[in-house]
Amino acid sequence: MGKNFFFDRNEPVPIDRVDGRAKVTGTATYAAEYKTQQIAYGFLVGSTIAKGRIKSLDTKMAERAPGVLSVITYLNAPKLPGYQTGKDPSKPPTAGQPLRIFYDNEIFYYDQPVALVIADTFERAVHAATLVKAQYEKAVHQTELDANLSRAKVPTGPRFEDYKRGEADAYKNAPVKIEQEYHHPIEVHNPMELASIIARWEGKEQVTVYTKTQGVEATQRSIAAAFKMPLENITVNAEHIGGAFGMGLRTWPYEIACVMGAQKIGRPLKLVLHREQMFTNVGHRPETIQKIGMGATTDGKLVGLTHEAIADTSSYEEFTEATVNISRFLYACPNVTTRYRLVPLNICTPIWMRGPGEATGAFALESAMDELAFALNLDPLEFRIRNHSDTDPERNLPWSSKHVKECYEMGAEKIGWKERKLQPRALKDGDWLIGYGMGTGSFGAFRGAATVKIKLEPDGKLLLQCSVNDMGPGTATMMTSIASNEMGWPVNQIKVEMGSTNFPPGPTQGGSTVTSTVGAAVQETCTALKEKIAELAGKAGSAFQAVKAEDLKFSATGISLQKDASVKIAYNELLTKNGLAALELTRESKAKQQQSYSMYSFSVHFVKLRVHPPTGRIRIDHVVSCADAGTIVSPKTAASQMIGGVVGGIGMALMEDMVIDHRFGRPVNNNLADYHVPVNADIPPVDVLFVNKKDPHTNPMGSKGLGEIALVGVAPAVANAVFNATGKRIRSLPITPDKLME
Amino acid sequence: MATKGPHNEDPNDKALNKGRREFLKHSSLLTALAVAPPHLVKAAESALDEKAAVYFEQVPLSLEVNGVHHKLSVEPRVTLLDLLREQLALPGTKKGCDHGQCGACTVHVNGRRVLSCMSLAVMQEGKKVTTIEGLANGDQLHPMQEAFIKHDGFQCGYCTPGQIMSGIACIREGHANSDEEVREYMSGNICRCGAYPNIVKAIADVKKGGHKL
Repeated sequence: MGKNFFFDRNEPVPIDRVDGRAKVTGTATYAAEYKTQQIAYGFLVGSTIAKGRIKSLDTKMAERAPGVLSVITYLNAPKLPGYQTGKDPSKPPTAGQPLRIFYDNEIFYYDQPVALVIADTFERAVHAATLVKAQYEKAVHQTELDANLSRAKVPTGPRFEDYKRGEADAYKNAPVKIEQEYHHPIEVHNPMELASIIARWEGKEQVTVYTKTQGVEATQRSIAAAFKMPLENITVNAEHIGGAFGMGLRTWPYEIACVMGAQKIGRPLKLVLHREQMFTNVGHRPETIQKIGMGATTDGKLVGLTHEAIADTSSYEEFTEATVNISRFLYACPNVTTRYRLVPLNICTPIWMRGPGEATGAFALESAMDELAFALNLDPLEFRIRNHSDTDPERNLPWSSKHVKECYEMGAEKIGWKERKLQPRALKDGDWLIGYGMGTGSFGAFRGAATVKIKLEPDGKLLLQCSVNDMGPGTATMMTSIASNEMGWPVNQIKVEMGSTNFPPGPTQGGSTVTSTVGAAVQETCTALKEKIAELAGKAGSAFQAVKAEDLKFSATGISLQKDASVKIAYNELLTKNGLAALELTRESKAKQQQSYSMYSFSVHFVKLRVHPPTGRIRIDHVVSCADAGTIVSPKTAASQMIGGVVGGIGMALMEDMVIDHRFGRPVNNNLADYHVPVNADIPPVDVLFVNKKDPHTNPMGSKGLGEIALVGVAPAVANAVFNATGKRIRSLPITPDKLME
Repeated sequence: MATKGPHNEDPNDKALNKGRREFLKHSSLLTALAVAPPHLVKAAESALDEKAAVYFEQVPLSLEVNGVHHKLSVEPRVTLLDLLREQLALPGTKKGCDHGQCGACTVHVNGRRVLSCMSLAVMQEGKKVTTIEGLANGDQLHPMQEAFIKHDGFQCGYCTPGQIMSGIACIREGHANSDEEVREYMSGNICRCGAYPNIVKAIADVKKGGHKL
């Protein structure tokens, strides 16, 4: 087959988002917007206590309200067969027992659904929901991480056992050392689209859902497990997702409730969570307390690093993430110890939020690196270069590719790092103090399995199908870009259909894997298509006898011989001669078992900001983010994805903090006015720089993931810049003005 | 213990509401019947008090949406946003918070930007509403729509209709004279994907183009 990779020869041409037109005209359809006849509306009523039991439920008033079709509670909910088995009915990504909605009277967290009110209009459902009366038998809840550290436990399973390389806690004996504690509050994904689902039963055996999921097949499996139905009887659609950032990585109880409700009323049912419920019922980035001990020689070589993290989980499931793992490989250090613990609290189970644990971990690690560099009187960039890990010290393997030093160089140049002073408070502009900071990010470069179906029409139109969906990064655009490069065809000849279990299986969108996984499948399927075209050409005419794909020049209308362009045949003729209406083929693609390289994406973020000491106000002036993510497949959408990660990181650094009133175990800022996220005025110009060098081992394109590293390392870059500006080391996020006011 | 309502209603409102419903459903139904048209009397006689409720709860509304005149009958509590999305099949206008905090539901009413989740439908009597679906002229996109595609001013696309409606208004209002000013006057529209820098570029581009908006 030979080398056939366009990416070896050509820079991909930046293309506009292929679903752009649908999105700017309002015709892109999101979960709650599918038209279906006779639709009913659901609204969830939440518990007002954080732990205990429902003593009584009075639904009479609600049931009698105009338009109400049904009120479902644990007292009358259909018994889901999957709920009766006790263990893991929806196979969650966590250990423990997922919340069984309307299963019994037990309350595990505040705002846990106790009733689903269904009416013929949205307004009537919302009103009737206010008429449901519940009385509770309250138990003592625990929602405060700090107050429950004594209950911290090692998560189940071997992956989260304590890690030790070399000597344990060796930093303690180093000539120069720091020991600090870092705090990360609860962050909530809060995608702009509310959690939404429409469920429609077709008879008793078949159900179709439109839902906000990052993986249609995962949702299909969860519904199948809960209702004990064959997979093929469940169709899950999620073509457009209005952001998710991890929130859609599992099937939530509200989704099961909607499917249950639709079955009960025998009508299609739409259930959209209220924004307040988005804070309480669909996960969060866990509150995490981290301790870092770090020691170095006087000439700035790391001697020991200990990284501990304690995070929240729910009282019924264990949610885990790789918070401490980044400390094991990011720097060359002979002695590394990591410990990870969970504290079960009366809150909803967390779920991975963009960057996930790595972002939380990098805040501590990269803040600590800055602190130790300062203690050593070293430029933090120089300190990192001295401790660069040339191979993966955790797995003792070479990197498949690592260009972090180039990122350091490019970014430092662009932000004007040489203006930075080692001593804080050295740069001023009127009343404002100016500071520079940087932080590094990393995330595994994984590749899963995907199947892509390709169809060539006689007029040279190409159709690609895969069940993968797109919460925003531009999956269809990436697929189109690769197919266009591979086939040499214009973008407008290529159409992508995705986001449905009706299409061949693809991965869940998460963990920065989609381009690597689906992109590779698109490329391999295109290669197979070209071979098939060559084979058909051989059968179609003597001029093409025994040709191989590499002997042919492919255009959008037909093929010709590389060596003689006058020998050509159009696709319609080619297909007709072979008795075909169209040419279709399907290929599965997955990573070869690869144990000889360690594969990671890397990012380096630089921040220049100003602080106004009399008010504590922070203004970020400029951000430069550099990514070592292998080949950049779709440059325009990739740049946007990086900018988006930076914006998310700025939110993590300066604003986001879900505050719980522990007296009642309920959030006090569960709305977008009180839970602050970055708005346009908060965001400075962001420059994105790509190393854009092919990784020889990850996949045929040589790409590595981008979605997570765009955010990982941003928050410490901001915190470090705040220190450089003010001399104040803020170890508790978010860095709000009250922490800086002088 | 009180039950949590979706809107944290004032308990007085709730009592009033409840009272109103009781009025309709029980004791005072006879009074209502005395002034009600015959089909309603029939409805009540058939114990279809729900239909009675419908009668009293609907008010006439006449408005123009994207150049199309609508004569409707709506409940007074229906927001303009829900009217567009659930009754007029115009889901391009998005629901992000229902509290006027995110800007996803921004539409133009008589040419000015308005949060449709904070506006009751019945307040739009005789007004002209423009939504994202009404911007393009056939296949010809509005310059702001073109600019959002060109500058990649979105990712997931969910806040985009609101951003575009706000962006047009921002220029019309004379609040797009610098990037700084655009950032300030576009801060009522949250984009969680973080497309802000590209949104600013798109608006600046349209402003520079000098189109009549």
